[in-house]
Amino acid sequence: MTGPLENLDAVVNGLLGEVDTIASIEELDAREPALAGRRSPLAALQKSLGGLDPDARRDAGARLQAARARVEAAIGDCRRRLAAAERDRLLEADRLDLGDVVTSTVPDTLRAGHPGLVARTQAELEDVFVAMGFRVAEGPEVESDWYNFEALNIPPAHPARGMWDTFYVDLGEPETVVLRTHTSPTQVHLMETAVRDGSLPIHSVMPGRCYRRDTPDARHLAAFHQVEGLVVDRGITFADLAGVIETFTRAYFGTDVETRLRPSYFPFTEPSAEFEITCQICHGTGCRTCSHTGWIELGGCGMLDPAVLEAVGIDPDEWSGFAFGFGIDRCAQMRHEIADMRALTENDARFLEQFS
Amino acid sequence: MRAPLSWLREFVDLPDDVGVVRDALDDLGLVVEGIEQVGEGLDHVVVAEVREIHPIAGADKIRRVVVDAGDPEPVEVVCGAWNFDVGDRVPLARVGAVLPGGFEIARRSMRGVVSNGMLCSSRELGLSGDHRGLMVLDAELVTTPGEDLRDALGLAADTVFDLSVGANRPDAWSIRGVARDLAIRFDRPMCDVARRAPSSGSPTSEFAGAVLEAPDLCGRLTVSVLRGVRVGPSPAWIARRLELAGMRPISNVVDASNIVMLELGQPTHPYDLDRVAGATLRVRRARPGETLETLDGVVRALAQPGRGLGDTGEDVVIADGEDRVIGLAGIMGGAATEISDATTTVLLEAAHFDPMTIARSVKRHGLRSEASTRFERGVDPELALEAVGRFVAILALSCPELEWVAAPLDVRGEVAPPSRVVLRAGEVTRQLGTEIDDDVARRLLEGLGFVTEVVEDGIAVTAPTSRPDVRTGAAGRADVVEEVARLYSYRKLARRTPTWPSPGGMTDRQLLRRRLRDALVGRGVLEAWTATLVSEAQVRRTHPDARLVRVTNPLAEDEAVLRTSLIPGLLDAWARNVARGTGDVRLAELGVVFAHPDDAPGRFTRGGEGGHTTLALPRETELLTVVLGQPGDDARTAVALWRVLAERLRLEDVVVRAAPAPREWHPTRSAELVDRASGVLVGRVGEADPDVVAPLIGPVAPRRAGLLEIDLDVLSDPASARRRPDGAIVPSRFPSASIDLAFVTPAGVPAADLANALRGASDLVERVELFDVYRGGAIGEGARSLAYAVRMSAADRTLSEGEVAQARDVLIAAGERLGARLR
Ligand SMILES: [Zn+2]
Repeated sequence: MTGPLENLDAVVNGLLGEVDTIASIEELDAREPALAGRRSPLAALQKSLGGLDPDARRDAGARLQAARARVEAAIGDCRRRLAAAERDRLLEADRLDLGDVVTSTVPDTLRAGHPGLVARTQAELEDVFVAMGFRVAEGPEVESDWYNFEALNIPPAHPARGMWDTFYVDLGEPETVVLRTHTSPTQVHLMETAVRDGSLPIHSVMPGRCYRRDTPDARHLAAFHQVEGLVVDRGITFADLAGVIETFTRAYFGTDVETRLRPSYFPFTEPSAEFEITCQICHGTGCRTCSHTGWIELGGCGMLDPAVLEAVGIDPDEWSGFAFGFGIDRCAQMRHEIADMRALTENDARFLEQFS
Repeated sequence: MRAPLSWLREFVDLPDDVGVVRDALDDLGLVVEGIEQVGEGLDHVVVAEVREIHPIAGADKIRRVVVDAGDPEPVEVVCGAWNFDVGDRVPLARVGAVLPGGFEIARRSMRGVVSNGMLCSSRELGLSGDHRGLMVLDAELVTTPGEDLRDALGLAADTVFDLSVGANRPDAWSIRGVARDLAIRFDRPMCDVARRAPSSGSPTSEFAGAVLEAPDLCGRLTVSVLRGVRVGPSPAWIARRLELAGMRPISNVVDASNIVMLELGQPTHPYDLDRVAGATLRVRRARPGETLETLDGVVRALAQPGRGLGDTGEDVVIADGEDRVIGLAGIMGGAATEISDATTTVLLEAAHFDPMTIARSVKRHGLRSEASTRFERGVDPELALEAVGRFVAILALSCPELEWVAAPLDVRGEVAPPSRVVLRAGEVTRQLGTEIDDDVARRLLEGLGFVTEVVEDGIAVTAPTSRPDVRTGAAGRADVVEEVARLYSYRKLARRTPTWPSPGGMTDRQLLRRRLRDALVGRGVLEAWTATLVSEAQVRRTHPDARLVRVTNPLAEDEAVLRTSLIPGLLDAWARNVARGTGDVRLAELGVVFAHPDDAPGRFTRGGEGGHTTLALPRETELLTVVLGQPGDDARTAVALWRVLAERLRLEDVVVRAAPAPREWHPTRSAELVDRASGVLVGRVGEADPDVVAPLIGPVAPRRAGLLEIDLDVLSDPASARRRPDGAIVPSRFPSASIDLAFVTPAGVPAADLANALRGASDLVERVELFDVYRGGAIGEGARSLAYAVRMSAADRTLSEGEVAQARDVLIAAGERLGARLR
């Protein structure tokens, strides 16, 4: 083959060989123009194509382009190899045997830390309930549809399903696995365990993180925290439920707080109620927060539905009980008058440092 | 549900004080979510006739409008609505008027044009929710410019309650149902409203047909023929009533149907009889392949299995005499048989459908209607013809020749009979803990239509047909007790704080968490809460090959995957704080991470319909992760923090072991935390990879971030992370002796192992502490000098110099057994 590109392969091989010898990023930067840039032999060859007829020029141009790409690829590889080597060098220089750390030489400044607002609120509520004789129980965040809904007397397509906007997890058959929408599935687990172990009665509270498919706004987050209580014992009545709610709200919010129950509907309790407490903003005189009623809705509660007891094998003629639940975040929001709940997940130090 | 007070008063005489009614509704469980006062705030709102409309230079959203408001001079206002023309009559709020929302009308200047008042929409006047433009008065209405708007429209002040009604109160999804509860509460009689009866003459069967092919899904099908219909607008009070209740008036026929549904709770569906083939309605299951164009203009494929659990795709449809589908039963009719202005004979369907079937169809088709909302909850099967009688009475107001053809068709399907339960004597008191006399309970229940009867062992209670929610057995008894409690008033129920012998308490895991949190807070750490649902990219930062656990219906694509690590979220939060200039923070989170069941098998649970299948669920691991990001913090800080935590938890012997670093960790400044005896990995300590930190922190000075990650599942298992025994050692009263020993130690021997060997070498050793590490100089390549302070004592004597020297030799020998040589 004759013509301007007669020696192209040799030129390329020469350039590739040169690339191989480069030992540092600085050297690569310095030599790159001479290898693939304006001062490269390839650029010179490019200029020499001017005399060719159009067809030959097109072919030659394509060959030259391919050659240039090979060289550039080699330079790219070289750059990566050198960067990796440089990183390895720096990391090696940085190496620290953590087994050899001498504690007394690690500097530290005295500085106050701060617990999370939700965690702290949860701990305070737990303490109130423990003092009232409740054990604290927990359960998983991913549950089956069965535990989250059906065992709680909420079969598929039950109109009450609309009360919970559910995140479904992509496992198994469609809509069989959910991010729990409430901590209630833990109640079912507790009752099943107690039946299996013959360890009734139950007096437990269950705090935990729950999820609802609600677009976050100032009042709601898609993830939130709830605490539920469950009592299964002999001779438990609605009066016991109302009394427990009154006792814990006074213990947590203060002795001047009144509670009020009003009828409501939950598929797993009957009778069901919502409970309200004296508005913490206006102390009952009426303000915008409480729509001028003097009352703030805190949570839901009710006597365990006999169907729920029967589903886990507890005889509703022998045992009765109640359940209640409310938002931990909401308690915190009320006490600290937090205008926008989204601050809870932004983790801005200026917010976090306010709670202790 | 919106319930106008004036409408409730048609059924029961109510107190004048709205607050008293509101309180009663709340206490009855018909929660008042809002109260709207209508017809108030209309002082200085008058009828105005539009005379001229002019553009305003430089403004394309507003125009200058000149109106005649009955004054000697025309009034100029600026208006942003476009739905009116010259000659229309519209409401003008004069300067000084205060609209229902409290908005005060003042003289304002916009774009240099002075506006002397405001032309209003229906919503701005609190008359309806309509805000699509100005309220243009009906041209047929006789009005005069300048006339008070209330006089022109015949408006009276009214109160509308916005009620939230529970799913277990199908009977309260109507004005009459709400009124019935109030009648019991205020102990006042219920009134009835006008109804018409069918005419005498030829029976309906001569003109129409009704066929029930799915009696299990349709409890009752009634078909009525109404003659003498003249389609037109409803009387003004009907239209107003609908608007107050939140529906738009459409035509007298549709309005009558809506009024009856709102008032009594029975949805009805009017068809143009001439457009229904064979004038026959046939209720059957839809067949695969059938389609229907519903009134909203959407063509819907029927009988297609849905996504929901146990959803087989069953749709109940209404078909005509030629078996063509003309409506999705109980949800929405088809476009083809709709009432039109030309309709003269109406075929009226009033039926009862199976709630569950309707609910599934609603969900599958994503199509909810006022009718389906009621059928889903359960409509009283006995209500159908009563509702038609009311429909006829209302439609007759605008169709004087209306005739309800004799003997409407009435086909019965299957409906569960109303529940009957026996409350044992005193059962109400036993469940509620409040003394409620059985006679009081009976009176309350009978007010709602329950039938009660004293039987040998108590009171037999039969639910009314309007209460399909009342069950049988123990659950049914609870349902009835709830009704008694509700009507009696929850506020009057007794309270008692129960006690029980078993003490309250927390689990070891919960106590562990609290100790960790306390210790962290004591070291200047802020507790963070980062997202559980993250982007795929975020998961890939730490777990490039993990199977993802996805949410099928995320709110956003970058919140679609369950997190596998707390590190990316915490590093991002740290970087955000640095970027906001809020600081050099130490952040920690205690939280759950998730692993796909195929990657981490072992968690199984009951699932599927009826809980009959076994499901594999993601493994949930609770981690404590700490990012130490104050200036000066690095891997050493993380190690020191770990030692504080380990001390706090009384861990026996968890050691720092060199190990390859996972993603996001610094490859040469990270290590594992391993329980020496069990060999179980407790966590990891080190620093964030500089290549991760650099892009997060940006152009500020190079910064290190210490990292600590601990697995709480391991930590709370005493077999994996062993704790020191509780037994305490009383220290010797005799002085202790301290010696320093520096060993040249090969690279492969961890400092902790050497310390451990020294500690175990002699009974005299009390404590061994590393105080210096030295490399270089005369120390050979790869090795380092480790200097320990060793304190020794004996319980019964002061150690002699000889004893100390002897012990020193033993310690040196112990070091040598590990390959360490005294320096
Ligand atoms: Zn208030």
